[in-house]
Amino acid sequence: MALPLFFILAILSAGGVVGMIVSRDRAHSVLFLVLAFAALGGVFGLLDAPFVAAVQVLIYAGAIMVLFVFVIMMIDQRDGRGIEKKKSVGILAAVLAITLFAELLLAVREILPGMGNAGPVGGAETARLGSLLFEKYLYPLEITSILIIAALTGAISLAGKKGPK
Amino acid sequence: MIPAAFFLVLSIVLFALGVAAFFIKRDLITMFMAVEIMLNAANLAFLTFAKSTASLDGQVIVLFVITVAAAESAVGLAIILVVFKRKKSIQCDDLDVMKG
Amino acid sequence: MTEVFWLSPFVPGLSALLLFLFGGRLSRRWIAAQACLSVLAAFALSLLAFIGLLGPGHGSAPIVKELFSWIVSGSFSARAAFTFDPLAAIMGLVVTGVGFLIHVYSAGCMANDRSPARYFGLLNLFTFFMLILVLASNVVLMFVGWEGVGLCSYLLIGFWFEKPAAAAAGKKAFLVNRIGDTAFLVAIFLVLAVTGSAEFQDLAASVTGGRFPAEMATLVAVLFFIGATGKSAQVPLYVWLPDAMEGPTPVSALIHAATMVTAGVYMVCRMNALFAFSGTASLGIALTGAVTAVFAATMALTENDIKRVLAYSTISQIGYMFIGCGVGAYSAGMFHLVTHAFFKSLLFLAAGSVIHALSGEQDLRKMGGLRRYLPRTFPAFFVGAAAIAGVPFLSGFFSKDAILSRAFAQGRYVVWVLGLATAILTAFYIFRLVFMAFYGGDRMAVETKAHIHESPSIMTVPLAVLAFFTVAAGYVGLPAVLGDKADLFGRFLAPVFVNVPVHGPGPGTEWMLMLLSSAAAMIGITTAYVLYVKNPHFPHFLISRFPALYTIVNRKYYVDEAYDAVFVRPLVRGGEVIFEHFDKRVVDGALNGAAAAAGAAGKGLGLLQTGLIKEYALAFLIGAVLFLGFLLM
Repeated sequence: MALPLFFILAILSAGGVVGMIVSRDRAHSVLFLVLAFAALGGVFGLLDAPFVAAVQVLIYAGAIMVLFVFVIMMIDQRDGRGIEKKKSVGILAAVLAITLFAELLLAVREILPGMGNAGPVGGAETARLGSLLFEKYLYPLEITSILIIAALTGAISLAGKKGPK
Repeated sequence: MIPAAFFLVLSIVLFALGVAAFFIKRDLITMFMAVEIMLNAANLAFLTFAKSTASLDGQVIVLFVITVAAAESAVGLAIILVVFKRKKSIQCDDLDVMKG
Repeated sequence: MTEVFWLSPFVPGLSALLLFLFGGRLSRRWIAAQACLSVLAAFALSLLAFIGLLGPGHGSAPIVKELFSWIVSGSFSARAAFTFDPLAAIMGLVVTGVGFLIHVYSAGCMANDRSPARYFGLLNLFTFFMLILVLASNVVLMFVGWEGVGLCSYLLIGFWFEKPAAAAAGKKAFLVNRIGDTAFLVAIFLVLAVTGSAEFQDLAASVTGGRFPAEMATLVAVLFFIGATGKSAQVPLYVWLPDAMEGPTPVSALIHAATMVTAGVYMVCRMNALFAFSGTASLGIALTGAVTAVFAATMALTENDIKRVLAYSTISQIGYMFIGCGVGAYSAGMFHLVTHAFFKSLLFLAAGSVIHALSGEQDLRKMGGLRRYLPRTFPAFFVGAAAIAGVPFLSGFFSKDAILSRAFAQGRYVVWVLGLATAILTAFYIFRLVFMAFYGGDRMAVETKAHIHESPSIMTVPLAVLAFFTVAAGYVGLPAVLGDKADLFGRFLAPVFVNVPVHGPGPGTEWMLMLLSSAAAMIGITTAYVLYVKNPHFPHFLISRFPALYTIVNRKYYVDEAYDAVFVRPLVRGGEVIFEHFDKRVVDGALNGAAAAAGAAGKGLGLLQTGLIKEYALAFLIGAVLFLGFLLM
């Protein structure tokens, strides 16, 4: 039951990303990406991380992508320049991406067999997650909150400036 | 039961796709989106390892990554807005102020 | 008492330092007084040390005082040490004594110069270096003194450096000396190679002990002598001395008559064991001295500048000293060095007095009848002239006779003939000078005549003192015919020249030789009298009859021009060529090329900075992929 679900979700997320790449229209790209992230959230769920999956769908697919949508709507550029014109760069990028893929696979090939099974087992791990966050990782937690406040301030002050008339 | 290896392969595939997307696209926003893809691929890898080593630390890291990614996109998008206001373009070919 | 000898260089040395550092703030009188007194102190020290040597209780071994261990490098070591023996004592007395008189004279004659501190500082510094040269116990330290006096000579010749002629003369002196110094240096290296030590004692011991190979000894001796020809202005390196007359007259008296130019003679006497050992070298020295003596004397015959006559005379007289050394009569050579110091500096200082009286006129053709106007300078000059001419009973007669009689006795007849010929010429040219300047009608310009005045006492008193010694000094070195114990000078120096027994001539020969010398002097003086007093037009008649011969001699046989064409111009031209092709192309080219390469590299690398993010990211990615690939290998 879990395996076919995994494959569906995997194809959805990869497909979403591919769709994002090939779409000409920016709005379409964003929507494809939302699909991809949502599917990814499902995959997270399959990995026995329900809290993280929820966060992914809420924050990533929900908030961050919405931000992207807003900005795309604000920026009005319709010259249809979507995909890189120079063929050479595109081909080079494709080659490099494939090489990178191959290299990464090579890098992990030894550990792949011994990784065991990962399927949803269930069990409420969230409480344990919470105590980890607030005990072992308290320090990073606090710093991250400061970071969020800084980013908030920065984003507002940047975007709120009046441009040249 | 799904072998953990599949998740890792998926993560690598998504990362490579993100890299390709970064170089194929020409406007800043889409390139930024490619970066988000790569981040997510990394998150998936973290979770996979967390599951296969049966420790929750991987999930904590992912939470932090998501948080930071959120902050980063907020600021990044604000910058893109400012750039658009100044240069009237978000095509990265037009942005060569740092030349030389 | 003798132990104080080593202090003598340092008093003038300290004075020189003070004058260079603080001279600008001192008054003229103080500067002159300090300089003179410091040399007087050095003289007092030398005198005390000398008296100490006269007393009994001194072995014949020289006293050595080590100041500090100077160079210690591997198997080579040279110490800063002084040695004192009769030879050093005599030379020290001459340098400080005559030096003192000349310092006093300078106080009068340089009274109104612009830079008294520099002048007196340099004179003191010269005295310091000269004493180092004299007292050095090893050849390396002597070379320090040797170079030091050369430096002071350069600075003093070019003292009035705004005059191009003076600056050029100083440069010429230094460069020509350098050639000799190179030979000297090679000789030092050879000595070190053969004996392993730079000390004079060790060298003498090595030679007399038979450990010094004969051919090497000849080579070393010849090289040292070449150095001496430079410093002591013998053929072929004499050309700097006449030009050196551009310097102040007291400088000419001190450095280029009494002391520095005699350093070569002193050096040969110091290393007499080596020179005596090599018969070839000694013969070469004697012949060179003889040829130089005659050659220089001929050039003095036609010279019209009063100081240049004396310069050629100096070259000629030093030739005599080398004749003495070359035939083994080292003490005779030293004797002539001492008497020459007296009468030559007397002549120079008196000439300076004449020039001072005539407001700077130096041309003999524009002088005449000066004995009426210069009642104190004239007698002094006359005495000096008589001494150098070899008039009997004056010091010059005794010292010249000592040399010539020994040369004759050793069988060196060629040398003796040349020496006798030089004596005739010497008497002639010096009295030509006397007659042209002091006798006859006045030929001075009206302007000059109006300002004629005798020099002040501060200048004429040293003249008188020198004149006294010019007369008296001969009596310490009387010839053997007048008594066995007569040659006090020779006996005093005997311990230094132990290895060189010299035969004097037999009594009959000695009297005959003395008679010949006196006759030579008389012939010269009489001829000069005839030509310049009785028949003043005769010289012009002779010149018109033999114009070519006259021109050749008058133009100094074109030696300077020959040197210029053969050596100087090619070297300068070579330097220019090297400058054009090597300096400009290779050296500058390399430098500019390196700079250009750096610039080009910078520009080239700059092309990478396009400002486009994607290209930067691409580079990043390529790097990452390559790195990963490398890790995976």
